[in-house]
Amino acid sequence: MKEEGNEHIISVLVENKSGVLSRVAGLFSGRGFNIESLCVGPTLDESVSMITIVTRGDERILEQITKHLNKLIDVVKVTDLSEREYLVRETALIKVNTRSEDRAEALRIADIFRARVVDSTFNTYTIEITGDPEKIEAIINLLRPLGIKELARTGRIAIAREELKAPSAGNGSRKAVMDMEG
Amino acid sequence: MKLTGSEIFVEALKREGVEVIFGIPGGVVLGLYDTLYRQDDIEVILTRHEQGATHAAEGYARATGKPGVVLVTSGPGATNTVTGLANANMDSVPIVVFTGQVSTGLIGNDAFQEADIVGISRPCTKYNYLVKDVNDLAQTIKEAFYIATSGRPGPVLIDIPKDVSQNKADYKPIDKVYIRSYNPTIQGNQWQIKRAAEAILRSKKPIIYAGGGVVSSNASSELKALAEAFHIPVCMTLLGLGGFPGTHPLSVGMLGMHGTYWANMAIHNSDLIIAIGSRFDDRVTGRVADFAPQAKIIHLDVDPTSIRKNIHVDIPIVGDAGHVLADLNKVLHAKGEGDWGKIREPWLKQVEEWKKKHPLTYRHDAKIIKPQYVIEKIYEITGGDAIVVTDVGQHQMWTAQYYKIDKPRRFLSSGGLGTMGYGLPAALGAQIAYPDDLVIEIAGDGSIQMNIQELATAVIYKLPVKVFIINNRYLGMVRQWQQLFYEGRYSASVLGQKPDFVKLAEAYGAAGLRAKEPNEVEGTIKEALKIKGPVVVDFVVNPTENVYPMVPAGGAINEMIFDDPVKAKEATSKKGKTEDSIQTA
Ligand SMILES: Cc1ncc(C[n+]2csc(CCOP(=O)(O)OP(=O)(O)O)c2C)c(N)n1
Ligand SMILES: [Mg+2]
Repeated sequence: MKEEGNEHIISVLVENKSGVLSRVAGLFSGRGFNIESLCVGPTLDESVSMITIVTRGDERILEQITKHLNKLIDVVKVTDLSEREYLVRETALIKVNTRSEDRAEALRIADIFRARVVDSTFNTYTIEITGDPEKIEAIINLLRPLGIKELARTGRIAIAREELKAPSAGNGSRKAVMDMEG
Repeated sequence: MKLTGSEIFVEALKREGVEVIFGIPGGVVLGLYDTLYRQDDIEVILTRHEQGATHAAEGYARATGKPGVVLVTSGPGATNTVTGLANANMDSVPIVVFTGQVSTGLIGNDAFQEADIVGISRPCTKYNYLVKDVNDLAQTIKEAFYIATSGRPGPVLIDIPKDVSQNKADYKPIDKVYIRSYNPTIQGNQWQIKRAAEAILRSKKPIIYAGGGVVSSNASSELKALAEAFHIPVCMTLLGLGGFPGTHPLSVGMLGMHGTYWANMAIHNSDLIIAIGSRFDDRVTGRVADFAPQAKIIHLDVDPTSIRKNIHVDIPIVGDAGHVLADLNKVLHAKGEGDWGKIREPWLKQVEEWKKKHPLTYRHDAKIIKPQYVIEKIYEITGGDAIVVTDVGQHQMWTAQYYKIDKPRRFLSSGGLGTMGYGLPAALGAQIAYPDDLVIEIAGDGSIQMNIQELATAVIYKLPVKVFIINNRYLGMVRQWQQLFYEGRYSASVLGQKPDFVKLAEAYGAAGLRAKEPNEVEGTIKEALKIKGPVVVDFVVNPTENVYPMVPAGGAINEMIFDDPVKAKEATSKKGKTEDSIQTA
């Protein structure tokens, strides 16, 4: 169900302890906030994990969500990435049924999206694709007519962009981060 | 020094200054109880139900400001604390509940008396722990007390598996606690405080709306200084009662659904609401869309999530009420020259007129005891000088209306959760904290039966609480709503004249008294107060009395009703026969 309001991606840095994920998930279900996607992964610092949550809501709801997350004792830092420039990526594994006459079409679609075929049988291809959510949706829509047998998606992860600054004398090693894939 | 988990538990509690623990033992906590038996610093109060233990700890905490402590066994012992935890969570009461757990090797195996209490209590505690290693126990206890008592206070649960309490570890007393991800904001933002001060100085019709946060942050004297210096009327929530003296000329009493007309009118017509430690609960705001349409709102709270949750706020200030008010008062005194008594005169006069228009009132009756009359008399006879505890229902609202509380921590009631059965055990907790004070519980005939077993605790520990039952033979508050909004169909709200509370009190070893007629009320109260031990008084009151004024559900707070729009009828059974048990004696 789609809720009213804009989509927001929130990065939540949490203590790496048991029960933390259920505190975060319980907060959303208990207070009726919506979760469109949720990803958890380790960070450079072993003592903390990063939870990336995609949610939706108006300004007031987002304010409540970030405040409530901050109030959780195990939450170290909350960042609403939607307040700045950010990169978002998702990976999908798509297993497509391919009759012999469709096999070339499947490969062509994968190629257009710069996706990779990671497994192949006589009547299936498994295609791996990474990109922003629109790209994933697009390839799924194109492959659907061929017959998608199975689909696995990671959910979205995101990271803030660094500001694009021209390299200066004191800051020569700094590289601009560019979104090469669009 | 190597100690067992049980010994570490007791040592750590002593370091926290714990003097009393409420609870009931069982299989996995026998070791903990045994260690408590072998020391004299901490008293153990055996209640008759774990819910009773938890509310007793809440009563102790609310009355003293110190955390209340509970120790219960695993499984059913643990699940029985859930209502108390939820209550403490809603009303921001600092308690620490220790639950036993099956041994670590058995967790997850559906072992005997295993319950995932950490999972069950997660949404109704401020924080909770499962201690898996005895080496973590002392640190966990230190953190738990810190979390329970700091910031917005609340309940913390620690689940201790049996083997953890038996295993040994080096015990090092822990004095400092630092949790990197938990740093409650205490000092308010100076810029916002300045804005608040300016708004107060500019306001023509300000009102202070004080909640439980004033009491829990001990901010009463700062609040009084603010109100008096600028002649600002003060209304209070149920939990805020006593945060500002109820008899003070600037007090307009409680606001909200059963608040005073003049408090609600003052809020509705104000141009500035100064909300302090309150959270714009729906019982207070009525229909949100029409709440105080002309008012700017300053909202001061230690919990940022309380701010802008239900209502738009113009000047939010996150911080501890006591600290922020002290700063605010400083800024105001530097700026606020002026004859505030004079400036405020028209506004205070207007409030006074509302008060004259619809004072708190009820119809006296020569034959039938009116519940409001009982509360008035209790107030008069005790000189307002008791610790007053209530259950939940009509009697609770009448107590809030007619017993004026002058000091903080002297009125204990279940606000946010509205837990019937809170009163008696909470009164016991308060009485343990203050053995020489008069502790009165105003109970409903329905509510009292939800934890009546704690009368045994009162008698055994010689806790002289006075339990005044407002006996209307109904789940009165439910019946009132059924009369007003369900055409008088009293579905499942008829209690009838059972049990005989006098005999019941006597069976427990307490004194039992009864008043059936108005002219007996005064004498019976006086007699009860003379008795040294616990007393139960059965006030047989008008069964169909309603609480007024009232904001009907969904109404705006200036749309109050003052009398029955539909006349109450006595309960009839479904067969149409009058239930004789309901008739007044
Ligand atoms: C544990 C619990 N169950 C149900 C309710 C719903 N409820 C609110 S008030 C009330 C009636 C209370 O009856 P009584 O204690 O006799 O008080 P009265 O209203 O008659 O003064 C009920 C059932 C509640 N608040 N708490
Ligand atoms: Mg009743």
